[in-house]
Amino acid sequence: MKNNFIVREVANLFLPIIVLFGFYVQFHGDFGPGGGFQAGVIVAVGIILYALVHGLKKTRQLIPDVFIRFLMAMGLLLFAATGLASLFLGAEFLNYSVLGSDQLTGQHIGIILIELGVGITVAAVMVAIFYAFVGRDAK
Amino acid sequence: MLAVTAIALLCVRGLFVASMLTGIYSLLTTALFVLLDAVDVAFTEAAVGAGITTVLFLAMLSKVSARHNDSSTLNFQPLPFLVVILTGALLVYATRDMPEFGDPQAPANLHVAPKYIKDGKKETGVPNLVTAVLASYRGYDTLGEVTVIFTAGVGVLLLLGRKRRRTSGESGEE
Repeated sequence: MKNNFIVREVANLFLPIIVLFGFYVQFHGDFGPGGGFQAGVIVAVGIILYALVHGLKKTRQLIPDVFIRFLMAMGLLLFAATGLASLFLGAEFLNYSVLGSDQLTGQHIGIILIELGVGITVAAVMVAIFYAFVGRDAK
Repeated sequence: MLAVTAIALLCVRGLFVASMLTGIYSLLTTALFVLLDAVDVAFTEAAVGAGITTVLFLAMLSKVSARHNDSSTLNFQPLPFLVVILTGALLVYATRDMPEFGDPQAPANLHVAPKYIKDGKKETGVPNLVTAVLASYRGYDTLGEVTVIFTAGVGVLLLLGRKRRRTSGESGEE
């Protein structure tokens, strides 16, 4: 697909829109449908589309494996750290009410943080699986 | 239409057609979820089922198609067929005991759901109830789900992601 002019240009056109839509779903998840999981998948789809059109090698140079693995762990750690933060601030594990000045603000901060964690981990895992499957050279 | 796609999926032999049909199946399921007002689930199904899974299938196909020969014919085996029919009949029979769809008196609708619906917005300040339940009330479960995804990623990387080191000295290692 690398040499098809139309496919390449349309993909280039849609890529920023896909990733932007991913971020919209991520941060708008508490008002409309969506959330970290869906957003992570959408961002991963954007990266996979880039890899399909421009080749895996170029994508791996842009977003190296080490970085993806780092993000995989970081998302999960961000989720757990949010829980621990509320634990240290005097509430139960994952009770976000104490994170802000009042209950609603605290809940909002907590939900946004853990959704971000979910999104990062999901996107990274999807891309990692794609890399692992496609990057495998046939025997 | 869902059933037709599923049956077609069973009957086709070609792997390419089969993976396309799974994508169509996912898309139809998405429509079903939208009809049931489960927009969040529909979103996930469309992105994961119809999107990522199909791409992964196709990526895999491009690796195996050279070696795979789908010359096997469809032969009818009575015993597995009987087991499947019996299990299906049992499941259909079990659904007769389930409460009516959308019944407000169903046990699932009487436990914690009314509290979430009544107090959810007041306690979390989040208009989307699904997000409120997932992220705040059921935070533990979501943490567990993310851990599962992380573990799946680690598993795939351990199985497939490592570099082949088939040099002379290390050949016994793998």
